[in-house]
Amino acid sequence: MANKILDINDLKREFKMGSETVRALKGVSFTVDAGEFVTIMGSSGSGKTTMLNILGCLDQPTEGKYLLDGVDVKTLSRNELAKLRNRKIGFVFQSYNLLARTSALENVELPLLYNADVPTKERKEKAMHALEAVGLAERMNHLPNQLSGGQQQRVAIARALVNEPVMILADEATGNLDTKTSYEIMALLQELNKEKGKTIVFVTHEPDIAVFSSRTVTLKDGRVIKDYKNENVKSAKDTLAALPVEKDDEPKKETA
Amino acid sequence: MNVFNLLHLAWKALLRNKIRTALTMLGIIIGVGAVITMVSIGEGSKQSIRNQLSSMGSNMITIRPSSNVTVGGGARIGSSGLRTLLVKDAIAIQDQAIFITNVSPAVSTNGQAINASLNWPTSLQGVSPAYLDIREWKLVAGITFTNDDVASASKVCLLGQTVINNIFTNGEDPIGKTIRFNKIPFKVIGVLDKKGENTFGQDQDDIILAPYTTVQKRIMAITWIQNIYAAAIDEKSSDTASKEVIEILRTNHKLKYTEDNDFTVRTQAELINTMSSTSSLLTVLLTAIAAISLLVGGIGIMNIMYVSVTERTKEIGLRMAIGARGIDILLQFLTEAILISITGGLIGVALGIAAAKLVTVFLLWPTLVTQSSVILSFVVCAVTGVFFGYYPAQKASRLDPIEALRYE
Repeated sequence: MANKILDINDLKREFKMGSETVRALKGVSFTVDAGEFVTIMGSSGSGKTTMLNILGCLDQPTEGKYLLDGVDVKTLSRNELAKLRNRKIGFVFQSYNLLARTSALENVELPLLYNADVPTKERKEKAMHALEAVGLAERMNHLPNQLSGGQQQRVAIARALVNEPVMILADEATGNLDTKTSYEIMALLQELNKEKGKTIVFVTHEPDIAVFSSRTVTLKDGRVIKDYKNENVKSAKDTLAALPVEKDDEPKKETA
Repeated sequence: MNVFNLLHLAWKALLRNKIRTALTMLGIIIGVGAVITMVSIGEGSKQSIRNQLSSMGSNMITIRPSSNVTVGGGARIGSSGLRTLLVKDAIAIQDQAIFITNVSPAVSTNGQAINASLNWPTSLQGVSPAYLDIREWKLVAGITFTNDDVASASKVCLLGQTVINNIFTNGEDPIGKTIRFNKIPFKVIGVLDKKGENTFGQDQDDIILAPYTTVQKRIMAITWIQNIYAAAIDEKSSDTASKEVIEILRTNHKLKYTEDNDFTVRTQAELINTMSSTSSLLTVLLTAIAAISLLVGGIGIMNIMYVSVTERTKEIGLRMAIGARGIDILLQFLTEAILISITGGLIGVALGIAAAKLVTVFLLWPTLVTQSSVILSFVVCAVTGVFFGYYPAQKASRLDPIEALRYE
């Protein structure tokens, strides 16, 4: 039996808005095994964002159990949560969240700064490896504003990978990208999943992204309404190759 | 995160906003520079007053007659008209006081000094040979008169530099020459060293010294003396010595304990303290004004750090998401604030010292940069950084990562 990365049991999250109590999650249960590529789907108001915050250890559930790689998140202090995020989770955001006027390499080094186990000497090397893994070995010293959207998201993925987390948590990671670049990013994630065995949890509301994952969990009104294995995973690489080539879709000009 | 990483991060962050950093630093630079300059001006004037007063003889005690009785109508008689001090008072002090080394009676009068065709209005002071020791005054040529000269009231004198300049021209050697003062001939036997102006702007070199007996008998025709100068064994025992003198003179003058002193005793140390307390006050005032500008500089840091925290909310959120603890964020922003204030402080110290030098060169005011003022303003600076940087940094560290990440 595979190692359980996520083990969620009857998870509830309530917010107090004045006198009213909003129940964002009303008892969610599911598990994710190591090496899975899961998309969490749901329209706005489904509790998707709340789920993401809890999965990312940015927020804690009101009730229920959440084990991340065997660690019970609920009992942890703020600082312990920070350490957990640093070691076990790699975030990829919709808006990349790279530090402006800071080179790609330094952006990737960032999580290592907060990891006391990584000596200063090894930081640069690790960051370079991560950038190579996302195919940006040539652009290490570029600033975010000298990179295209897709490249920026690759830097963000390298940043998520650099601490060798147990899970990559992506939040609408293709939301700001055009179709072609989206497929490129999905192809990269698929590759990381298949070849490096990275567990990926991808939160999105776009169904055509979900087809690239091995499993889809659909949330609605704070509950899981569908949880199915995708028997027929589409290869993002093939889809990309099948795209009709238009002049406008030429690779973006590089600004060096 | 270690200190090196923190400094590196902070330095990068500050370089990202060069102009803003420079302007914030300017507040601290001006503040520290002002403190250093102002304190050095205050200390300089204090030092120069001290030096001038010491030039009069720092152990010197001056005794003058004063009136202890009021005549009809309540008016008191001025000291020049009093005849209460006598030579025997000076002798009594010399014989009895333990904390006094030298005593000299003194009388003085004004008149015309004449050498051949040149003449010059000056003052003639009659003293004993001990006077030169009391005033810490040296001769540059010739010899001084002796106690025998005093006993015989001989007509010898020592000339001050200003007198020489006015009645001996063309580099003529005054030693051995005879000058006249109010028609009485005096033989010049010595030349006094230059002493310059005293604190009150009087030219101390515009003087002729002669045995007090000579001046008393041959010029002024009086039996009393006008002043007594004495030297305490050192500056610290000035007070004790002055009390001793008071006791001796009261006994000598047979004053009842209900009667006031018919003389006043003033020590040089007292005068030094009075004068330096005035300039200490000046130092305090100048420093206070400068400190206000340092405070304003500190508020500038706080302001900029607040702006910076708000502006970088998203960055803070990201850092927290990828594993920064509250303390990491706090230290990061605090380091930035301290870096601004310390760098500003260093530049400020350098500029302050330079400004103090410029004040001396161009305004000719004495300045003195003390080590303590440099260390103090530097420490104040670092404390300012921590104090004004802490609150914004704490605000940053307490942000909720979820909200910070969503901040636009």
